[in-house]
Amino acid sequence: MEGLLPELEIIRKDFPILERQLAGGLPLVYLDSANTSQKPQVVIDTMVDHLEHHNANISRAMHQLGAESTEAFEAARDRVAAFIKAPSRDEVIFTKNATEALNLVANTFAWASGELSVGEGDEVVITEMEHHSNIVPWQLLTERTGATLRWFGLTDDGRLDLSNIDELINERTKVVSLTWVSNMLGTINPVAEIAARAHEVGAVVVVDASQAAPQLPIDVVASGADLLVFTGHKVVGPTGIGVLWGRREVLEALPPFHGGGEMIETVTMARSTYAGIPHKFEAGTPPIIEAIGLGAAVDYLDHVGLDAVHAHEQAVTGYALEGLASVPGVRVLGPLDAASRGGAISFELDGVHPHDIAQVLDSRGVAVRAGHHCAKPAHARFGVQASTRMSSYLYTTPAEIDALVEGLNYTRSYFKVG
Amino acid sequence: MDAALDSLYQEIILDHYKHPHHAGLRDPFEAEVHHVNPTCGDEVTLRVHLSEGVVDDVSYDAVGCSISQASTSVMTDLLIGKPVDEAMQIHQTFLELMQGKGQVEPDEDVLEDGIAFAGVAKFPARVKCALLSWMAFKDATSQTLSKETS
Repeated sequence: MEGLLPELEIIRKDFPILERQLAGGLPLVYLDSANTSQKPQVVIDTMVDHLEHHNANISRAMHQLGAESTEAFEAARDRVAAFIKAPSRDEVIFTKNATEALNLVANTFAWASGELSVGEGDEVVITEMEHHSNIVPWQLLTERTGATLRWFGLTDDGRLDLSNIDELINERTKVVSLTWVSNMLGTINPVAEIAARAHEVGAVVVVDASQAAPQLPIDVVASGADLLVFTGHKVVGPTGIGVLWGRREVLEALPPFHGGGEMIETVTMARSTYAGIPHKFEAGTPPIIEAIGLGAAVDYLDHVGLDAVHAHEQAVTGYALEGLASVPGVRVLGPLDAASRGGAISFELDGVHPHDIAQVLDSRGVAVRAGHHCAKPAHARFGVQASTRMSSYLYTTPAEIDALVEGLNYTRSYFKVG
Repeated sequence: MDAALDSLYQEIILDHYKHPHHAGLRDPFEAEVHHVNPTCGDEVTLRVHLSEGVVDDVSYDAVGCSISQASTSVMTDLLIGKPVDEAMQIHQTFLELMQGKGQVEPDEDVLEDGIAFAGVAKFPARVKCALLSWMAFKDATSQTLSKETS
């Protein structure tokens, strides 16, 4: 199959969990990577090595271990900066996850003064295909400030409806926040085009790259984003670590989020002054081991090459779309051509609820997600309560897609459908 | 692998799923509640009609998986026509079965078709599915009773 990673078998050996046998001695067929990705040995080893040999708090311990730990943590920041082609390492801020990064942004917009401040009469624009974590923080912001929340609708084939873009993004728009790749529909959005319109009216562009960072080469400047977030655990890194990247001018203009240690310049009982970026936004002891693990993870992906990962995802996704089309009663939600979508495919199977599909697949060792995937509005748009989602990654094989398709046919016979 | 699946998807459950009993929303009723399972989005709108201490009717409109739909259907069979106290006892018995991690022996005299859900208790992710409408019933009944006493 064209586009597959030439060293797929070697890559699979990097991920020890893929050797795992499930109940009944069945091999694991892991098709839930959009939920969380599996971790290569090098990430696990890097984290264990740090805990075994270098563990200390960072930036405040005047001993050898403290210096080693600080160096490893800051080296991880360098690696992440290189991964997303950030112009400056100081523009990379570690957070707990993408959700925290989005909440940081939405909250500091509420507290900002001057040009970035969001208040009554201002508008914030999102889209109907967002993950709840890129909806709820903006609802909270607009409810608290008296601003208005607006959103792009979706077309029937699961793309953003841009027909009213010039009306939707107007001189009242302060923020446009959108996902690069939909976690439910798989759609890859034209971020640069939307960002160009947003910049015409002086709005700030926030990009949720949680599903994009694992599978597309990212160049934050070329993307058009002013602020961009993603999470570590979907890019073969650990949980508990996320990233906020922002253009220096924007980050410097935003007020601090959490107050505490590390984010200060000096503190008196009456008032404090704050550290420069990135530390201004990193109050308290950060997730040190997780950041270091993330550094190893993005190094791993850079080594494989994001262009190659993207080609692999497209090949597997194309094969999966063909396989799903062969199962009677399957309806895929979102674009049907692999070229304009990511590796997550949500679908319905006529007559069987997603929970029941996932349960039958699980009994055959095939792990998928069932539910609303934290995208209830997008489901509602298509009149769907819940869906089943398969999501591939750089270690997914065509044989695993075959196992999914066989499992779906078996599900139909088990529930006596058709 | 089919044995494990079959312990979950008993024939009784699949029958109730395909042909749910007492489905639809009916009048009269004293309380209507709407419950959702936030993890999967399954929803039930459920009405309770109590009359002289008896559960006269439980009517519902529900969307969800086979387990949640069948559980709703079985529940209405069990509770309609029962005195409220007895209905609440059956509720408690079903709750204990579901929370028993598969270690509780179901009482067929009390739970009738409900014993088919014993297998569900071994699948922690599905217990919430089975309990969705039972929790809605409890909520609606409590609301009705507190209205009566106030």
